[in-house]
Amino acid sequence: MSAAAETVQERQAKLKGLGTSRKRVEDARFTQGKGNYVDDIKMPGMLFGDFVRSQHAHARVKSIDTSAALALPGVIAVLTAKDLEPLSLHWMPTLAGDKQMVLADGKVLFQGQEVAFVVAEDRYIAADAVDLVKVEYEELPVLVDPFKAELPDAPILREDIADSTEGAHGPRRHPNHIFTWEQGDKAATESILDEAEVVAEEMVYYHRTHPCPMETCGSVASMDKVNGKLTLWGTFQAPHVVRTVASLLSGIAEHNIRVVSPDIGGGFGNKVGVYPGYVCSIVASIVTGQPVKWIEDRMENLSATAFARDYWMQGKIAATKSGKILGLWCHTTADHGAFDACADPTKYPAGFMNICTGSYDIPTAYLAVDGIYTNKAPGGVAYRCSFRVTEAAYFIERMIEVLAIKLDMDAAELRAINFVKKEQFPYQSALGWEYDSGDYHTAWNKALEAVDYHGLRRQQAQQVEDFKAGNTRKLMGIGLCHFTEIVGAGPVKNCDILGMGMFDSCEIRIHPTGSALARLGTISQGQGHATTFAQILASEIGISADDITIEEGDTDTAPYGLGTYGSRSTPVAGAATAMAGRKIRAKAQMIAAYLLEVHDNDLEWEVDRFVVKGAPERFKTMKEIAFASYNQAIPGVEPGLEAVSYYDPPNMTYPFGAYICVMEIDVDTGVSDIKQFYALDDCGTRINPMIIEGQVHGGLTEALAIALGQEIAYDELGNVKTGTLMDFFIPTSWETPNYQTDYTETPSPHHPIGAKGVGESPNVGGVPAFSNAINDAFRAFGLTHTHMPHDHWRIWKTAKQLGLHG
Amino acid sequence: MSKKNITLSVNGQTHTTEAEPRELLIHVLREQLEITGPHIGCETSHCGACTVEIDGRSVKSCTLFAVQAQGKEITTIEGLGNPDKLHVLQEKFKEHHGLQCGYCTPGMITRAHRLLEENPNPTEEDVRFGIAGNLCRCTGYQNIVKAVMAAAEELNQPEAVA
Amino acid sequence: MITGTFEYHQPESLPAAVTLLSQLGDEARVIAGGHSLIPMMKLRLATPEHLIDLQAIDTLKSISIDGGSVRVGAMVTQSDLITHEALFTAAPIVRETALQIADPQVRYMGTIGGNVANGDPGNDMPALMQCLDATFTLVGPDGERTVAAREFYEAAYFTARDDLEILTEVSFSACTGGYAYEKQKRKIGDYATAAAAVLLTKNADGCSHAAIALTNLADTPIYCEDASQQLMTHGVSDSSIRDAVTSAMGQIDPVDDNRGPAEFKKHAAAIILDRAIRNAWARA
Repeated sequence: MSAAAETVQERQAKLKGLGTSRKRVEDARFTQGKGNYVDDIKMPGMLFGDFVRSQHAHARVKSIDTSAALALPGVIAVLTAKDLEPLSLHWMPTLAGDKQMVLADGKVLFQGQEVAFVVAEDRYIAADAVDLVKVEYEELPVLVDPFKAELPDAPILREDIADSTEGAHGPRRHPNHIFTWEQGDKAATESILDEAEVVAEEMVYYHRTHPCPMETCGSVASMDKVNGKLTLWGTFQAPHVVRTVASLLSGIAEHNIRVVSPDIGGGFGNKVGVYPGYVCSIVASIVTGQPVKWIEDRMENLSATAFARDYWMQGKIAATKSGKILGLWCHTTADHGAFDACADPTKYPAGFMNICTGSYDIPTAYLAVDGIYTNKAPGGVAYRCSFRVTEAAYFIERMIEVLAIKLDMDAAELRAINFVKKEQFPYQSALGWEYDSGDYHTAWNKALEAVDYHGLRRQQAQQVEDFKAGNTRKLMGIGLCHFTEIVGAGPVKNCDILGMGMFDSCEIRIHPTGSALARLGTISQGQGHATTFAQILASEIGISADDITIEEGDTDTAPYGLGTYGSRSTPVAGAATAMAGRKIRAKAQMIAAYLLEVHDNDLEWEVDRFVVKGAPERFKTMKEIAFASYNQAIPGVEPGLEAVSYYDPPNMTYPFGAYICVMEIDVDTGVSDIKQFYALDDCGTRINPMIIEGQVHGGLTEALAIALGQEIAYDELGNVKTGTLMDFFIPTSWETPNYQTDYTETPSPHHPIGAKGVGESPNVGGVPAFSNAINDAFRAFGLTHTHMPHDHWRIWKTAKQLGLHG
Repeated sequence: MSKKNITLSVNGQTHTTEAEPRELLIHVLREQLEITGPHIGCETSHCGACTVEIDGRSVKSCTLFAVQAQGKEITTIEGLGNPDKLHVLQEKFKEHHGLQCGYCTPGMITRAHRLLEENPNPTEEDVRFGIAGNLCRCTGYQNIVKAVMAAAEELNQPEAVA
Repeated sequence: MITGTFEYHQPESLPAAVTLLSQLGDEARVIAGGHSLIPMMKLRLATPEHLIDLQAIDTLKSISIDGGSVRVGAMVTQSDLITHEALFTAAPIVRETALQIADPQVRYMGTIGGNVANGDPGNDMPALMQCLDATFTLVGPDGERTVAAREFYEAAYFTARDDLEILTEVSFSACTGGYAYEKQKRKIGDYATAAAAVLLTKNADGCSHAAIALTNLADTPIYCEDASQQLMTHGVSDSSIRDAVTSAMGQIDPVDDNRGPAEFKKHAAAIILDRAIRNAWARA
């Protein structure tokens, strides 16, 4: 056969396996407008649901009059909490062990809260009917400042649990207090702070923002009463978990529920949670017997589903005069809004905030997080990051800068002094993590050289002189960041969501003619899983990625998995894919041995075939083996060639990176201009460099948005001030720079292929780099720290406070 | 409110349908004509996911009533190429990884198409300014810009036929 | 975001449109490009029962330049303004301004008539029209009249246009001297944090003509007559620019919003105006 003439390298290239910048298989449909998103679904008799929402941030619901709405032709039903109560669906559990109203039960706790669900023949009639539902409210005092939540005159928000002193995460000291989570050694850390030569202290606020994918959330529920089957299509980053939750909530047996995530128009954490809209579409379909579609509009998306961040992080960092860090202390006040709906593994109410020692060898540390209720939307999702890792990275990378100022030291040098050294891995952090691998100094030095760091500092110093001499009104900032992420949740022994261990899965079928189908428990929202998982498999089983179909997102066919968020697809499902591939190969080896009439151990694997050791002309390709598996009676071997792997990772993975941002700011207008951005990422083994680079570009742009203006802001009455894309900042192509990407490659020692995950690194590392650049621009004028978002007026305000306006 | 007959020419095909005056073009395209390439992203004319071309102009179809488009020539992503012969822009978006989740892509390519019709030799700055009405959350635009520039270059080759 | 219901009308002539508007009265709204009105209707902040679409009235779509006089029909789009070469020659500041409005798609639809007529203080064309000393033509049941742009704006969304009138044309004199439209905004698609339109003509003695107007710094555009006069009287120098800016700043009254507090806007406005004057003078 012709394959015999090919070299090993040619056969390797044909596989399009690991390390190949393979073009995406998804793109044919997306570039032709043939994606299939949830709002593209159209079914006979499909109805449309729309919410009546509260305009008040805190009010008692005195009455709801649905009569005028019901009288409108085309309106089928109007659901309120009273209708859901007999089904016990007026409240639902949150991922964080709290519960959340599906529809307002007696009171509303944030502006935009769901009060009633109108079901009508089309979205136009539904919108009209929403206007006709009359809700009588009695306004209550509003709590928007988490630091006022426990004052004597604070309104009590959650009357349903006002008397319970024990929450899902331990004792509650006040009705508006959710939990206190402590990690590390408080006494030891405080004594180090007392005795240290230098202590730097700062309050670091990571403001409230929102993932805001281009596609909002939505669902289509179809209850087939004839067969007793419920099908639910929706924007789900974790479809299997949604199925289990839907079963537990509705009482419908899990085998009678099929959850499908079709194409998803971006997730970034927005689509991890379970929202009232999903529940209401299900109930409405059960009630009406017809399919019911619910699609959020953008204002609803921004004001009601899945905020992110909102962490007030008070930090203290102790060091010697020469810059060796001795201890880190952090107290975080976490504003969770009206319900604790954080998407975190059960045992981690503040996610992996305890990665806040970052890339540094800090011997002693202490972290406490207090969760607080306010009259704001629930959420607390991981917006393009592993659980609270962005907050942690921002905190430590700001604290390092603050310490550098206190020490009057170069911030790059301070980092280098304190990095965990290559030989220290696996490294046990003071806050309880075991970093699997890293080589921070190599990455850091490469980054500093790439941008000519010392040259940049000289240029900056010159610009300060020019500014002082009155020759320019612009300042230059150099934003440094060396981040360490913790992703790939995670080991079942300590990570679960609603009791489901955070393993993931892959199931492979090899077809007789040597092509394959693989199904995973994850779901792509743009990451290109259909492209990259095929590459992992191609390298494992010697079948070209082009001959492997990847399927995800249909719970009737895909194996159970915990979904895609927290950069967990590559670390967990990617590992499952490799492991399932290895099972295929193991069976293939037995078949090849039979066909070649040799012992298993006499064979060795070579790219796409088993070859008899010492007899390279005697081999069987995977394609031949696949055919044989279906048509030969092989003693002791079952027909067919299939495998499944459920992978429970032994540890998290710890991607890291070195980012440098050069910014110029106009002190008079507050306008900032990104001059350069260099991003070095180490995500371990690189599966598809093209996709990695694309992920980095996108994540950096989301970081830019967050650092420079993107926020969910409330006024003192709890009104959302940033409800449309006019005010919620998403940069266009015009405001976005070109990025320079680079890498080092330190494989994960415990991952089957050494990969660590990358999608979230650029957001985790990007935000501190942008923010540090802004802060650094003012360092020469006495600034220690200024809060994000660094939009024009806040930069201007900083310049004014520093007396730079003359 | 009574429905009106509307005739739209979409991608060279004439469609006659009924719609209330308040029905947005994006809804009529997607729900009645089942042309689901253009998407809804923001509804306030900021994101451009719903971009279509009407009589040689790029238009956000969420901010136009279908009755206003009566009798006009409309082109959507579905009209730019077909599976047998993709438009150069579609090819270049694939080649340069100019998309990830795909949600903004139809509007983005439709907009880029008009941009290149009007400015066949754009600079990078021209492209960045010309697609600034289309938001993307995934790509950071860098590869989109690269794809549009590459498409322009290919379309300018003498043998190229759009 | 779904609008309320309405009847749609598409008159094919101006008299027909005026008659329709007279018949329907204040239950009707005229729609041009619709990119201000339709979002307002989606939020149900505007709930007209009738929409009178001017798109079929071809007489409102022309740009004519006759000697030194420029006449632009109300339905001319921002995109038309940008691409019209003769208009660029006659009044280059128009292109410079139009390019800073919204984004490409919105500029294909947004019209000069809609931009100047609806009285949104965020719109850029009103200040430009004041700077150009433009005249607006209004046609109503009682016939046609003209109002100076500098007299047109009363308060946010309140103008000299009667509810039964349609703004049909803007006209102004060609201005080929120095010009600048400087706009600070958060991103493409945003309204101005502060913006300034400046026209300056240089002659042997100094500055023979000066006009300054500001966008989004009060509930109407602001024509800065005294500041303009300063530059004409004293010529353009560092000190006269300082005086002109100080004078103009005395007229503004910005409000706090997501772009920042009034204090910031006042400071930014002074910087933007200073830059606009210097830029215009450099081009004069």
